[in-house]
Amino acid sequence: MAVKVRIPTPLQKLTNGKEEVDAAPGTIINLLTDLDQKYPGIGERISESGKVRRFVNIYLNDEDIRFLKNEETEVKDGDEVSIVPAIAGG
Amino acid sequence: MGYVRGLKCRECGREYPVDPIYVCEFCFGPLEVVYDYKGIKKVLTKRAIEKREMNLWRYRELLPIDGDPQVGLKSGYTPLLRADNLAKALGVNELYIKDDTVAHPTLSFKDRVVAIALTKAKEFGFDTVACASTGNLAHSVSAHGARSGFKRFIFIPATLEASKIVASLVYEPNLIAVDGNYDDVNRLCSEIANKYRWAFVNINIRPFYAEGSKTHGFEIIEQLGWNAPDNVVVPCASGSLLTKVWKSFKEFRELGIIKELNTKVFAAQATGCSPITTAIKQGTDVIRPVKPNTIAKSLAIGNPADGYYAIQVVNETGGTGEDVSDQEIIDGIKLLARTEGVFSETAGGVTVAVTKKLIDSGKIARDATTVICVTGNGLKTQEALHGQTVSPHYIKPNIGSFEEVLDNIRRGGK
Repeated sequence: MAVKVRIPTPLQKLTNGKEEVDAAPGTIINLLTDLDQKYPGIGERISESGKVRRFVNIYLNDEDIRFLKNEETEVKDGDEVSIVPAIAGG
Repeated sequence: MGYVRGLKCRECGREYPVDPIYVCEFCFGPLEVVYDYKGIKKVLTKRAIEKREMNLWRYRELLPIDGDPQVGLKSGYTPLLRADNLAKALGVNELYIKDDTVAHPTLSFKDRVVAIALTKAKEFGFDTVACASTGNLAHSVSAHGARSGFKRFIFIPATLEASKIVASLVYEPNLIAVDGNYDDVNRLCSEIANKYRWAFVNINIRPFYAEGSKTHGFEIIEQLGWNAPDNVVVPCASGSLLTKVWKSFKEFRELGIIKELNTKVFAAQATGCSPITTAIKQGTDVIRPVKPNTIAKSLAIGNPADGYYAIQVVNETGGTGEDVSDQEIIDGIKLLARTEGVFSETAGGVTVAVTKKLIDSGKIARDATTVICVTGNGLKTQEALHGQTVSPHYIKPNIGSFEEVLDNIRRGGK
């Protein structure tokens, strides 16, 4: 088992069109590093100097990581991570 | 032809063509419409605007469409009421209510943004429109979409007020009630928007949709006799309306339609969902998302996408942010209704109560001109007032019973 990561449309060019990819467990920031090794270039799109970009929201099993431990949130095998651009309200 | 040159990332400045896209592919920053202001300046003057029909399309050069308006041809141009009774109650000289409780067709400012969004959706050739909504947007997409012939998918939190759900269902859209709060709905919709080729007004049409909010601000200036107010108090959910009201003021200055602009912009939220005003008070531009818990459901966005920019506007203009409790919101709704005869939904209670607080604390000067934005109609959220209003007088059907009550009323001084 691995961690399932849901990739938003703008980044699917970097994952060969895949909406969902696997990554290694660990902290969110480590997971992003792991993703970047598998899909070069994806890391800098999501984070900058170890911080998730301002307009990117990351969810662990439906919970915003900002309610958890942000970039240091631990992700286990079988967890599901979603990367979602921030969107406007209504 | 319109005056849109393209889209541009607000963060990194990368440029994009006019397409149904909403985030920068590189940094995920929001995309914004870029206009040819030089071209607009040649045609858009006060006199030109004054000759046009009284609807939001009178500012069409500053709206992101290419052809003729197609949706919401009677939307916008709501009253700006001089609120002398409320001003007296709050102890200030000059107060105005920008009254979008009577927006056409669904009684909230969302009728503005949806008019633009659906016109743009037609230009892009979509046959289906969709939205994630706290209620008002659902009504407007359902109604505008019905009249203009779109298939409609409306996503709402299942916990919305019953009356708000009926007010969407009557237009017979496909209403999807999601077991979750607004932020959950929004997140789900952004995944759905990735998968289906629909015009999600607040997702892939967002750069165009959001521009419609500017018309609320254009009208304020025009209705003040082509002057900007000293203060404007704007309710914040995502923060988009506040940033666009300020943008509208700046555009009018850029075009020379107004000469001076010294408006302070104030952000208003409910204490039970105040990520933007909390950040302003703490002097940071980092938004901590919250789990909303307030009667002001139309403002209950815990993770406000434009919060960062709203904070910038407030700081840039010398305004501030303030939040109010649910009881203060109810008192605000009642005060506005009692003094000015305007029944606003909870968001209007928020702006009125916040204005009161800002006046009491001296942050809004008593001799300044202040506009309070009231963005939706109270008939939509009557539940909020159950048990909070005055009571009817119950009588028997005879004159004696009536006069008994009348004596009591007169003794009470009414």
